[in-house]
This record gives sequence, C-alpha cells and structure tokens, in this order.
Amino acid sequence: MTEYGMQTSSHDAPPSESGVASRKLPARGPAEVIQEHIVEIVSDSGEGAQRCGQALASIAARSGHGIWTVEIIPAEIQPPHRSVAGASGNRVRMAAHKVTNVGDQADLVIAFNEQVLLSRLQAKEIKPGAVILIEDMWKHDKDPAIAENYARVTADVRAQGYRLFEIPMETECHKYVPDARKGKNMFVLGILCTIYSLDKALAEAQVRLTFAKKDQKIVDANLELLAAGRAWAEDNLAVRYMIPAAPVVKPQIVTNGNAALALGVVASGMEVCAMYPITPATSASHYLSTIFEKVGCVVHQAEDEISAATFAIGASYAGKCAVTITSGPGLSLKQEAIGLAVMTEIPLVVIDVQRGGPSTGLPTKVEQGDMMSAMFGSHGDAPKIVMAVDSIEDCFYSVITARKIAETFNMVVVILSDAALSTAQQPFDRPQFNADWLAPPVNQSAVPADAHPYDWDERTGIATRFIPGQPNGMHCLTGLAHDRDSHVAYDPQINEEGLLNRSRKLAAFQKTLRLAPVYGDEEGDLLLIGWGSTRGAIEEAVKTMRAQGHKVSSLHLKYLQPMASGIDAVMKRFGKVMTIENNWNDPKSDPLINDANRRYSHLAMLLRSRWLVDIDCWGNARGQPLKPGEIIRAALAKLNEDKQQAAGGL
Amino acid sequence: MTASMSQCLMQMVHTDYQISDYQSAITPRWCTGCGDNAILTAMQRLCRDEQLPPEKTVCVSGIGCASRLPHYMNAYGFHGIHGRALPIAEGIKIRRPDLHVFVTTGDGDCCSIGAAHWLHAVRYNMNMTMLLHDNNVYGLTKKQASPTSPKGLKSNTTPFGATLNPLNPLSVTLGIANVSFVAQVPDWIPELLYDVLSKAYHHKGFSFIRILQRCPNFMNHHFDAAVQDPLRIRMLTHSNGLRLKPELSRIYKNQETHDPLDLHRAQALAVLDEEIPVGVLYSNPDVPCYDELRKGKRPNTPQLVETVLNEEFDKVGIWPEGQQAASNGE
Repeated sequence: MTEYGMQTSSHDAPPSESGVASRKLPARGPAEVIQEHIVEIVSDSGEGAQRCGQALASIAARSGHGIWTVEIIPAEIQPPHRSVAGASGNRVRMAAHKVTNVGDQADLVIAFNEQVLLSRLQAKEIKPGAVILIEDMWKHDKDPAIAENYARVTADVRAQGYRLFEIPMETECHKYVPDARKGKNMFVLGILCTIYSLDKALAEAQVRLTFAKKDQKIVDANLELLAAGRAWAEDNLAVRYMIPAAPVVKPQIVTNGNAALALGVVASGMEVCAMYPITPATSASHYLSTIFEKVGCVVHQAEDEISAATFAIGASYAGKCAVTITSGPGLSLKQEAIGLAVMTEIPLVVIDVQRGGPSTGLPTKVEQGDMMSAMFGSHGDAPKIVMAVDSIEDCFYSVITARKIAETFNMVVVILSDAALSTAQQPFDRPQFNADWLAPPVNQSAVPADAHPYDWDERTGIATRFIPGQPNGMHCLTGLAHDRDSHVAYDPQINEEGLLNRSRKLAAFQKTLRLAPVYGDEEGDLLLIGWGSTRGAIEEAVKTMRAQGHKVSSLHLKYLQPMASGIDAVMKRFGKVMTIENNWNDPKSDPLINDANRRYSHLAMLLRSRWLVDIDCWGNARGQPLKPGEIIRAALAKLNEDKQQAAGGL
Repeated sequence: MTASMSQCLMQMVHTDYQISDYQSAITPRWCTGCGDNAILTAMQRLCRDEQLPPEKTVCVSGIGCASRLPHYMNAYGFHGIHGRALPIAEGIKIRRPDLHVFVTTGDGDCCSIGAAHWLHAVRYNMNMTMLLHDNNVYGLTKKQASPTSPKGLKSNTTPFGATLNPLNPLSVTLGIANVSFVAQVPDWIPELLYDVLSKAYHHKGFSFIRILQRCPNFMNHHFDAAVQDPLRIRMLTHSNGLRLKPELSRIYKNQETHDPLDLHRAQALAVLDEEIPVGVLYSNPDVPCYDELRKGKRPNTPQLVETVLNEEFDKVGIWPEGQQAASNGE
C-alpha cells in the first residue's frame, strides 16, 4: 500500500501551527490522485459522526467510487462523553475500484475530541503518518484537565509523525446554528467533500436526502453548514485528494447487510417474520417493520426468542415458510424449536447475524462463532442446511434462495451473516424483480385418500407436507418419533426410517450444489479457505500476494452444511491448506497446545474430519473484521513455516 | 373468496359431521378415570355441534398428559414442545383466520415452563380457545410438584412436602392486560364442561378455561371433597354466562349471579378461600384481538411486492447519468 498520507506538499502547513486559523492559504497545486483511501469520522455518541460517514459514502458511491462503510459502535447507548470507550462513528473506504471489505488502517481521521481519537490510535486503526483532523475547542476548555489532555494527545500525535490539523469546528458552526454539537457533522462533511474533490451538487442532494423528513429550516441550516465546511477547507486546508471515478453504468442500490436481508425477506415471498430484539440482528427487523405491512405481511415481535421461533414454525405449518431473525444468544435459545422443525419437517428460515460470544460476549462486534451451533446446536441428529452470506448483495439473494430450499426440502435453513456485514454498506446492481422469487399460494387442495403425511420418497427423503385446510390431510404433527402416518412410534426400525429420510434430504440437496470457482490459480503453494463475511478481505489479500509473486489462491464456501463436492480435489492441488476464519483457534505458539489438544477454527475442524487432510487455520476472535493486511501476514507465515522450522532445527 | 366458496362446497358434501368424524384412529392412552377423557369428549361434542370441518380445525399442544389430546382428534394437530403450544398456535392463527384453533395444555406446560407465553397470549388476545388441564401435578414424568400443587404435597421432588403456596391460574390470568375470557370448570360435570367450552368457543378473542382435572394415578382423591360436597362449588350464573339446568341447580345450591363483565368481582371470586368458583368469571368481547390488528391490509401479490421493492430501491438507488430522471418520470 502506498502511504499517501506521508506525502507532503509545500502548502500543507497546519493552520493552527501557522497561528491564525482563518488565514487564507496561497493557491494550491492540483489534488493528489490516489486509488483509494480509508476515512474515519469519530465522535461522542450522538454527535452525528455516523450520519456524516453514511452521507460521505453515499456521495462517493454516487460519484462512481467503490465504497465500503462500517460503523464504529460503542456498546452502550449513552457512553460517557469524551471517553475512549465511547468512540462512535463510521469508517468509509473509498476507491477507484470495487471495494469488498473494510481494509486495513485509516488514511485520514476526523475526530470530534482527542479521547475518541485516542481510541482509534490505541486500536491501531490509523496508518502511521495519516492525516488527522481534530476539533480544537478543547484546547481552551475551562476544565484544565481537559485542556491538558488535549494538549498531551495532540503533541504525542505530532511527535509520532501524524499530520495533524486542528479545526475550530465549534467556533465555525456557531456562526450558523445555536447548538454547534448538532451541526458539526455536516460542517465536517463539507470539509471532507473539499478534501476529496467531491461534487458540490451531489453533496447538497445528499444533505437534502439525509434530512428529508425534517423541517425545511433544518435542511437549509445543514446546507449552510455543508457550504461553510467546504469554504473553510478551501481557505484553510491544503490537503486535496482525487480518487478517479468509474461512471455508473448499471443502476445500483446502496444498503447495509441487514437492510439487504430485510429486502430479501420481502422478495422471498415469506409473509411472517417473528423476532425478538437482539444486537446486531435487530436493525434488519426494524427496517422490515417499515415495509412488510405494505405488502400485507407481518413482523411479530415475540415475547422471547423461543416464542419467536415457535411462532414462525406455527406460521410455516399453516401455509408459507416463515423466518425468524436473531443473533448468537437467540440462536442458542431457539435450538429446541429448531429441532422441532427438523423433526416435524416444517420449513423454516433462521437468520443469525453473528456477534462475539460466548454468552453476552461482544454484542456489537464481529465474530464468526456460530457455525458449529448452527449445524449441531439441537440435540440428537437434527440435519439442517447452513449457508453463509459473503457480501451485501448476497444478503439479499440468500434469503430468497433459503426460502425456496426450505420449502422444497421441508427443512430448516440457517443463514449466517455477521456484524461485519450488518452495518456495512456497499453498492450493488439493482435487483430486477422476478415473480419466481415468491412462494406459490398455499396449497388447499384435497389430499388423495391413500396418501400419508410422511410419504418419504426413497430417493430424496422428501415427503409432501399436508397443510391445515387441506381436506383428507388431517394428522397430528409431533416432535416424538413417528411413522409415515405421523403416529407416535418408539419402534427402533421406524425411528431409524425417520432419521434416514431426514438425513437423506441433506444428501439430496447436496447433489444440487456446485463448488464456487477458486480465486486465483487452480494450483499453487497455499490455498486459503473461508466462509461468510471474510470473502472480500481474503480475496484482496490473495490478489495482493499474487501480484507479489506468491502462489496463493482462495476458495470461499457458501454452503457449509452440506458442502459441495470437489473440495478435496481442489485442496490436493495445493501444497498447504489453511482456513481463514473470524473465530477462535488455539495458537500453536502456546506451550500448552499440541496436536493432541489444539482446538481448531470451525471450518478447519470440519474439513479435517471429512477429508483427513492436515488443514491449518488462522484467524482471531478479537471482535474486529479480519483485514487483508493481517491475512497476508498469516499467509506469508504459513508459506514460510517449513523454512522457519528448518532454521529452528539447525 | 375462493376459501369461502370451497367451504360452501365442503358444507354441501358433508351435510352432517358425527362425533366419530372427530375421533382419530388412535385409542386414547390416558389412565382409566383420567379427567382428560372427559375433556376430549367435550371437545368432540363441540366440534360436532358446531359442525367444524375437521380440516379447518387445529389442536395445538405442548408436552404432558394433556398435550396428547391432538393425537386423539381427527383434525389437524400439532403436538409441539414443552411449554410452547401457545406461540405455535399464534403463528398458525396469524395468517389463517379461517382455522379454528384450540390449545390444550397442562399446569406444568402452561404455568411453569410456558408461563411467559401464557401471560403474553392473554395480552395478544388472539381468536383461539385454550384449555388448561390442571391436575395440580406432573403426570407424564411421574409425580413431581407443579406450580399449582397444594402446599405440603408429597411428590418425587418434594418428598417432605411442597414448600410453596400454589400459583392461582385464575387470578394470574385475570390480572393480565387485555384479558377477555376466563372460566373455570371441573371435569366431573360433563354438562358444564361442555357449556363452558361452548361459551369459550363462541367468545371473540382468547378464551382461557381452567379445567380442574382429576389424576387418578398421582392425585387420587385430591378433588374428592369438591366432588362429594356440591356446596364447595360456587356456581356463577348469569344470562351472559352459565345458565344451570334445573337438575344441576338442585344439586349445586351454592350459586351466585355474576356478571361476566365485572372484572373486580371476578378477581375476588378467583381467590375464594374455601370454595371453588365454577362458570364464566370474565367475558368481554370488546377487547382488541392481535390477529385482527395485524391482519394484512392488502393481499401479498407479486405486483405489490414488485412495487414496494422498487420504491425501496429508489430510495437508495444510484443511477447512470440520465437514467434517474426517466425513472422518476414514470
């Protein structure tokens, strides 16, 4: 990565250093052309940094840039002001090309106070030498402790080689609005638009859209603030970048992962969503609640996770497949109900937006920790389909696919998303509606006299279910072991017949799967295998490494249970195989850990057991999305492992 | 429209459902003398009298002796998991107002593991009938104390006697927001059992019936005092509630005229010390029903889905230059 931030021009002396903040700068040279930049806007919760970031991203996307945004979220609703723990905001990665992940470290940061800046520095999220813009009101704070803190942090930041610019946000905003705290975000947006040479009209249109539901007075005030930010930057800041834009050729939409899931629910033809509030899944249901009734459907906020799952099962049983949306702790609570759906063969879509675990864990943070519980969480043998989404666009289409699979095979389909996708925004091609996405009307035709509710097909294990209202179809569904008539049966052979057919459906479904193509060459020294939200970061790492001459490729799995055939053949063509997962594995460097006790990441464990291949794994459960840079370091270490071992042996 | 037409056709085909039309091929496996048998009979009689098409009737249950009832009905049944019959039934009803939904549950299923759902089901007030078979004990798992077991009951988990006072399902239900129908009836007076069930079925909203149910195996003689002494039972009568036939009236002389709309009196009756109130304690047909409040205002059609999706896409759309105006112009 080029360290753009390190390049200095002769004109960029920080205004505060020059003594007069409002001094007009001499004419500048042209903006520096760059391929991409990562921008972070951080503030106290409630100061609007997130809104600013979202607006910046939208303007950039409309300008034809590739974008990826991710929220920087404090775990509390109202964390203490000016605290490291309270940093709230947005990271926006803007590029001349398509962006698929959050990237590594930020090139430019705007902080509303020095504590939130400190939070990002401590998390090592800021690139050495990066541009840092900071609100300077704290310099003269009445509280000497605050002024002292500000002075210390800014001095440290300068000493460390960052390019610090102090901005009189409060003073400037006061010229336009009585409460500067509520206006800074649009002022800052103006500054960013100038820095990144973004179109004025697009920025103004975005501000109008952002405040569309507000009073015209508020819209006007924010437009003024935007203009003021632009003007201030024009006059006082010499930092200018220009990211080449590719013209938009196909209509696109920009959503975050949870909104895409909600739109997918509407498009899938499901009519009932039963849920219970849980972070980070709930925003999908929030958005769904605003649109589902318009298409005659219902979001039911149940009294708990268990009733959300059983309500969905009841609705599915009575007609069309229903969905329940949750996160890890909710998935744990739903497990008995999921087992019931498996046993009774009621179609059900379960969306799990994963977060850090176990227990309450890291509610707002990223982890891929639920794969095993999604597959094996219910007691007994409870085969169900588990799939993972790997982009924002995939969130939309996966729900449509999941509903179809659930109703074709009368099975539970679990969709694994995670906190890396839930709030991340990315543009994708505007979906073209297709009536085939929707479910057919509820079957209410009479059941043939000789049919049984569990007439398992001996080739596929599938039985046509009877839906209440169908004459002659009366039977009693039960979670107990049952025969083809749904009669309770404890007979060993009958129990085995049920087990066999429920398992067989998974095998029949597996026959319909096709393995995704390998990213990179079909053979080489190292194959990285991933699943879910890490796709963009893994493929970017592979691309970078391949450009450097390394024989690295990657394979990304969409279906985790069952998995497509052919993974073994792909693995054989590589010297080493390693999974990249955003979940826990025991570090080999730990003196307690050896081959006999090492706990592997989820996918690695499964692949090892199925294919008897010595697959390694790398990843972490630090609550952050995996970044291309750290994947590259891990892949290089894996490639060099033998050399190191050999050297150590000598 | 099509549903009602097919319903008419079915009515023409089945001019007259008999009791046997609601009996499944499975013989009930309850113990001899178990009150559940009486409840099943009352259910089948109700279905016959109301001529409910079996395919439009759904019996939902959880786990326990009572929850076996759906297996013995020739109707659609859903024998679910412990404590969760109510949310399953709610899910069934939410998009299917045409189905007649009955929930059968026990004191362990409803008042212990499923207590949260019971509370909220009352609050949702969806159109369905719930039968709480309350025998004051866990039967299927062989005699453990339940939340409604009397203090002092010796059971396998309380060998020295249950330590707590029992929970009162009537006073609990009557204290929940949106309560719309609460009744109590013993299993040993078949006429009353039927009458209460019929009242519950015809009530608009969530009808809660607590049935005092005898368990000959684990709680033998538990209700003997009430069975043998009619004065222990206080009959609640009213033109909008139970109306006792003269032959019953002669036996059950302890009567009170109780207006089922009088919630405060109902709450007082629910906690009578020495006597058992029988009849309709509360019935208010004007409480809003969740299934009606959440009913889809428009049918879910492909055209509607397409329109709404495009509206949403427009809000977050990015257009190639020149195209957006065209779309807005349409």
